[in-house]
Amino acid sequence: MTRALLALAGRDLRLAYRRRGEVLTPAMFFILVTTLFPLGLSPQQELLRSIAPGVVWVAALLAGLIGQESLFKGDFEDGSLEQLLLSPVPLQIIALVRVLAHWIVTGLPIVILAPLMGLFMNYPSDAMGDLVSSLLLGTFTLSLLGAVGAALTVGLRQSGMLMPILVLPLAVPVLIFGAQAAAQAARGEDPAGALYLLAAMLVLGLTLAPFAIAAAIRVSLES
Amino acid sequence: MDKYSWAWFHRFASPPYVYRVAGLLAPWFAWAAALSIAAGLYGGLWSSPPDYQQGDGFRIIYIHVPSAYLSMMCYGLMAVASAVGLIWRLKLAHAVAVAAAPLGASFTFLALITGSLWGKPMWGTYWVWDARLTSELILLFLYLGFIALNNAYEDPRSGDRAGAVLALVGVVNLPIIHYSVVWWNSLHQGSTKFFGDSAQMATSMVVPLLAMILGITLLFAACLAKRLQAELLARESSASWAEEAAR
Repeated sequence: MTRALLALAGRDLRLAYRRRGEVLTPAMFFILVTTLFPLGLSPQQELLRSIAPGVVWVAALLAGLIGQESLFKGDFEDGSLEQLLLSPVPLQIIALVRVLAHWIVTGLPIVILAPLMGLFMNYPSDAMGDLVSSLLLGTFTLSLLGAVGAALTVGLRQSGMLMPILVLPLAVPVLIFGAQAAAQAARGEDPAGALYLLAAMLVLGLTLAPFAIAAAIRVSLES
Repeated sequence: MDKYSWAWFHRFASPPYVYRVAGLLAPWFAWAAALSIAAGLYGGLWSSPPDYQQGDGFRIIYIHVPSAYLSMMCYGLMAVASAVGLIWRLKLAHAVAVAAAPLGASFTFLALITGSLWGKPMWGTYWVWDARLTSELILLFLYLGFIALNNAYEDPRSGDRAGAVLALVGVVNLPIIHYSVVWWNSLHQGSTKFFGDSAQMATSMVVPLLAMILGITLLFAACLAKRLQAELLARESSASWAEEAAR
């Protein structure tokens, strides 16, 4: 089973490498959305500092969703998804590996770029570590939630708009605690509580989301 | 134990039977709802005294609390129906969930509207990003997402099951959403105790409120029965019983 999963992850990463331009779109989107806020509001340093945690988090959330929509699309269209369903490896684990591979290519660049965006938004540099750890814990939970939405809408023509509508309400708790952790760190407070809650949600997502993703893939393949 | 003691239950898998039962029950629910709501409105608008602090403004509670309660109860019903539909592959359970979703969305909307109308004189603003308002708003989004996903599928069977998966994901998430917004920000009052020595509400106000809750729940049941009938007719439009029933 390990070999099958490694092969699967390797395939996903290789595919992503061959379509580098497409894969970097979420990261570009993340940078652009964050840049719009100082332009749209005002470039005052204090204002930027106070909205920085929320802006970075909302931008990361939206950018993550942009990348998620195509998570199962290619495999659905060329029939590989059906082959994966037939494999002896449980579909839940396959789904988890797929989400992980996808997060490495789309989520991780966002986390790595976050300190840069923090600098743009005048986020205090000594709190940058907590911003990154909040995103590290939160974006993977968001990827798991997004994968449920992507699997539910993969067979639909209008999935582009529908998927965010399904996923965004569910993403609220992650956004609240993620932005809270970043804001507390920026004020010099201890963000441990919010970070623990983010970690708890990640554990819950890791345990339950694969089952929902697998069920959703089955529904989509039957239609 | 008689092994056929559950036989009555299986009839609920048959659309014509459920169509008939729903048709029989709907008028009873509707009349009971009318009586209960009439009693509740009389008690609430005439015979109970104005609140010492809020004056007559508090009377919106007689719509607000039942709607808010039904908005959550209906999501629970939808989630249970979805689980039953997914586990036992019972098409009728999916029909119940689909019939309930717009009702739940309407009650959620009503709770939000009455809440914000109540908030204006009492809190001085129509909308605050308070925990309960926010979680109610997100509940509305969850309903709308369910309805949108269900409509997006051309094949109703897949739409049913996709919606059911979403409803179950939502029901796991709802408590998390609720507590996250509670810890985030709260202006709304806590729960009020209705009964017992430490009751925080006068009996003359509690009784009409309970009558309204009962009445609006019955109204919900009547609407659900009618919607379920319509849903079954639409789904079974090619069956002979549906043609006869629609004639």
